[in-house]
Amino acid sequence: MNLHPASTRVSWLVGGVLVVLAASVLSLIIGPTDIPRSAVLVESAHRLTPFSFDSGLSETQRAIVWNLRLPRVALGILVGAALATSGATYQGVFRNPLADPYLLGVAAGGGLGATIAFINEWGDGRGLFDGVQIAAFVGALASVALTWTMGVLGDNSRSSTSLILAGVAVASFFTAAQTFLQQRNTQDIRIIYTWFLGGLSSNGWDEPLQLMPVAIVCVLVLAAAGRTLDVLSVGDEEATMLGLSVGRSRIVLVVVASLLTASAVAVSGLISFVGLIVPHTVRLAFGSSFRVIVPLSIFVGAAFLVLCDLAARTLLTPAELPIGVVTAFFGAPFFIVILRTATR
Amino acid sequence: MTDVAVRGASVSVKKTRLLQELDLDVRSGTWLSVIGPNGAGKSTLLRAIAGTIRASGDIRIGGESMSGCSTRERARKVAFVPQSPIIPPAMRVLDYVLLGRTAHLHPLASEQQHDRDLVSGILDDLDLGDLAARAVSTLSGGERQRSIIARALAQQADVLLLDEPTTALDLGHQQEVFHLLRTLNRDRGQTIISTMHDLTLAGQYADTLLLLAHGEVVAVGSAAEVLTEANIEAHYGARVHVTTHGDSVVVAPHPPDHHPADHNHGANHDS
Repeated sequence: MNLHPASTRVSWLVGGVLVVLAASVLSLIIGPTDIPRSAVLVESAHRLTPFSFDSGLSETQRAIVWNLRLPRVALGILVGAALATSGATYQGVFRNPLADPYLLGVAAGGGLGATIAFINEWGDGRGLFDGVQIAAFVGALASVALTWTMGVLGDNSRSSTSLILAGVAVASFFTAAQTFLQQRNTQDIRIIYTWFLGGLSSNGWDEPLQLMPVAIVCVLVLAAAGRTLDVLSVGDEEATMLGLSVGRSRIVLVVVASLLTASAVAVSGLISFVGLIVPHTVRLAFGSSFRVIVPLSIFVGAAFLVLCDLAARTLLTPAELPIGVVTAFFGAPFFIVILRTATR
Repeated sequence: MTDVAVRGASVSVKKTRLLQELDLDVRSGTWLSVIGPNGAGKSTLLRAIAGTIRASGDIRIGGESMSGCSTRERARKVAFVPQSPIIPPAMRVLDYVLLGRTAHLHPLASEQQHDRDLVSGILDDLDLGDLAARAVSTLSGGERQRSIIARALAQQADVLLLDEPTTALDLGHQQEVFHLLRTLNRDRGQTIISTMHDLTLAGQYADTLLLLAHGEVVAVGSAAEVLTEANIEAHYGARVHVTTHGDSVVVAPHPPDHHPADHNHGANHDS
């Protein structure tokens, strides 16, 4: 009996890093501007490692690699990892395989915040701590706080059902407010709509650097909480009997996952399906333990979003598809796979 | 030494009294079986001791009051085997049993070497070693029940609570589980409190029986003292033959032809 599958964990970790690396390399070398592929990699190595290399690229080409392609890949990795990890956490906390990071109203709250910011011209959604980003972040967290407050009002045990129902109510309310504001300000609808579909275009390194500290801390905390999610999978009463403080664990995990989601939404808009389909794919491929699902979702989520962004940028060159369209395009068929698997 | 002492424990849910001023003492290393008809409060009593339902009064484990205990501290003192546990789909036996170490670990920590060694020993003791990599949901009823008991043992708690541990098991698997529990009780001195519906089995395995009815203790003592025809008729509304075979008390229902259709269940029925 092998009780110490450390070698398996290490091989998954190495595999995960390689998958992200491969997706990143693909995304770096393919773009609308024709730059020698090997030179792009040499320039990237020159910028990201302590070693010095001469790529032979022109100043403009170097700027494209450093200010456009690399930050975009970095943002894809961070947002993909954030949404997938949050999704896996939500699915564990609520013992609901159809939960996603937007379950408690993050999308509706973030959307309302962004709508208000666009209408009042607080920013354009790009740059470091832009007005739209801050409004979306505040809106997203406010909606989760409201959901939590409503959910525990008549249910001190903070059961997952009452929270999910409160999330539905809050999301509906915020969406109604959002729609009302958009109808009253039709001149801003196009820019708001574009934000809603998500995107990874950034103002140089501003967005990745803004998201990075929160993403790293939150992702590490959630990855370490895989065991707690496994304990929650036996239900609240049994988890309590096993010695887990269920209420406290649930609030900590929801706060961290929501903070992570809100931070990602602030810089990338509403990118759907990543938080739903990535944990599912990992579960189907590697088993149902959250000790495996959460850490692997980090890598798979990162690689998936980087590849989706590559598709979004290149499928209709020179035009660019909103990344939310690409993730949804893959997400919808995946729902069918989930349904088929569930009914077997 | 007394492992479990309950004084004046009452439990009410939505103005319905489930337990009323209940007193109870369980000596260390003994097996108490709680019996009683449906709705008597058996599971409620176990839940009150386990701390998953709020009870007034004083509940002490190993002399320490549970009222100020954290969830974690309590789980180190009391392990619970529920009647219908939730088995996560595809969770391996090993991972399932390792959940029993929760009370000994920080919420963000993983099991250490000594946790794995301990669980490995428990799996071997319960003949589950070869099944460690199997999903719990794919095991037979008896193997599954042993896995659930293994998880409870991994808690290393002073007291083991079992709510109807052999529900839905066939006779062979029932015996297997009861032999395992008796071994734990006799060889390791594990204090056990279980609820049971099968009165004969309860009398055969437990040291003491406690008969509950309407949330109150109506009889406590050995099988011979508690399993009387009068007690069973009064509280279960069932007419039975109680006989003794060696040390065992056997409770057998009257055949149907001795049980008239117009029989009036009740304590004062004169048969």
